[in-house]
Amino acid sequence: MKPPDWVRFVPASDQSLLVTVGEEIAPSVHERLRKLLYLLEKERLPAVGNLHPAYCSLLIRFNSLATTHEELEGDLAPLLARLEEVALPEPREIEIPLHYGGEFGPDMAELAEMHSMTPAQVAEMHSSAVYTAYFLGFTPGFAYLGGLPEALATPRLPVPRRSVPVGSVGIAGNQTGIYPSSTAGGWRLIGRTPVPLFRPAEQPMSLLAVGDRVRFRPICL
Amino acid sequence: MPLIHIEKPGLFTTVQDLGRPGGGPLGISASGAADPIALRLGNRLVGNPEGAAALEMTLLGGTFGFPDGAVIALAGSDFETEIPLWNPIRIPPGATLRVGPTRSGARCYLAVRGGIAVELFLGSASTHVLSGLGGHEGRALRKGDVLRIGDSTVGPVRQGGPPPSALAPRKVLRVTNGPQADWFPEASRTIFYNSGYRVTEEANRMGLRLGGAALTVRSGGHMITEGVPLGAIQVPAGGQPIILFVEQQTTGGYPKIANVIAADVASVGQLRPRDEVRFERVDLATARRLLQQQEDLIREAY
Repeated sequence: MKPPDWVRFVPASDQSLLVTVGEEIAPSVHERLRKLLYLLEKERLPAVGNLHPAYCSLLIRFNSLATTHEELEGDLAPLLARLEEVALPEPREIEIPLHYGGEFGPDMAELAEMHSMTPAQVAEMHSSAVYTAYFLGFTPGFAYLGGLPEALATPRLPVPRRSVPVGSVGIAGNQTGIYPSSTAGGWRLIGRTPVPLFRPAEQPMSLLAVGDRVRFRPICL
Repeated sequence: MPLIHIEKPGLFTTVQDLGRPGGGPLGISASGAADPIALRLGNRLVGNPEGAAALEMTLLGGTFGFPDGAVIALAGSDFETEIPLWNPIRIPPGATLRVGPTRSGARCYLAVRGGIAVELFLGSASTHVLSGLGGHEGRALRKGDVLRIGDSTVGPVRQGGPPPSALAPRKVLRVTNGPQADWFPEASRTIFYNSGYRVTEEANRMGLRLGGAALTVRSGGHMITEGVPLGAIQVPAGGQPIILFVEQQTTGGYPKIANVIAADVASVGQLRPRDEVRFERVDLATARRLLQQQEDLIREAY
């Protein structure tokens, strides 16, 4: 079976295959990715291990003593061919309370100035958009949220912070995200949420999942 | 259950098994032993399942009290201690094992007959230190910690002895092409495969930053973030390669010139700061053959 023409297979290592389902960050590409992830989580293929989803691609790790890149591509072709028919669960809508600016958003003033706006205007614009959780990556529970208004797109900090406080909300390029744990990070911080993003002892562990629709509601901490 | 008292934790000692697949969609990497060959061999020696949880010591070992006694084996790099490496040893009740600094590579495993019993997280005992998950309270061991010895055995204690030399850690790492290998001009690829790289002080379970001849990437290296495999060699701006390791981030946006083959991942776990490594390219079929040979050797040893 021939896979659809929008699929590209690249061996990323001797034990992993990178399946690219489109060449741009776009809702249509994201839907394919969600459907492929959904199928693979539901119908486990033999020898397949960890799955690493991203914007336009899924990295599939596998046991190379049990299968090969070519065999895996063959196993994936029928799944890819029926992606159109997959009915995904309705995306969940998640509202996240967010304190904008001040001590909780150390980069807010500079970011606002870069866009010739006031911090209040940035907060207004950031909280009026509906975001999509494209994928979780980087660290446990970190969701890459797409749908940032073009006017707020800002490059990363030239030098990343050594430590970003838990719950910080940042902007990097045309994406926004929330730090579930305290890690190093180069996103520009505009605020902080008191809501825990990742709780390993609970089900589900992560507040956000791939495909969720996310809104921020301004609060005062 | 019999206990282990951590009297001195050493530099960085964690509970590790063979890692946890399945967390990728949540951004959780597999973690697991930095030298899975040593972990498996250590477990075989004491009659455990190969993937039983053991203690992974880094550069400097610890002091461990066994109030109830135990059967243990040390596997991996040669750390200073009074018992021989690669041999099952009966520790009498009340005795203490002292493990000192390394005399060879970065990591040595203390395997205990029955395994280390900790609560599993997503099916694995592995500590993921960065995110505070798994193992003993999601962190490296501290003085005063008490661990329990489990009862997961599959057979008798085996006859010890050094493992076959073909399983020894390598300083020439075999790699396959990374997904962006052709983003690097021929001159950069030649440099990568023909010069030695030094392991810097920034080398841990997340990744190893290397120092050496800088590599350049065409078109500035801007790419859409994608999933990254264990052993990926990514090259950020600045041109110094980084090997992503067991507690890696699951996705990344830097171009990857190469990827360490599965058979040589254990060798990465034995690299120390200031070690020099070189890279040798192999194709996928060779990588698979080398892994199969390695598997056969592991199964035949002990």
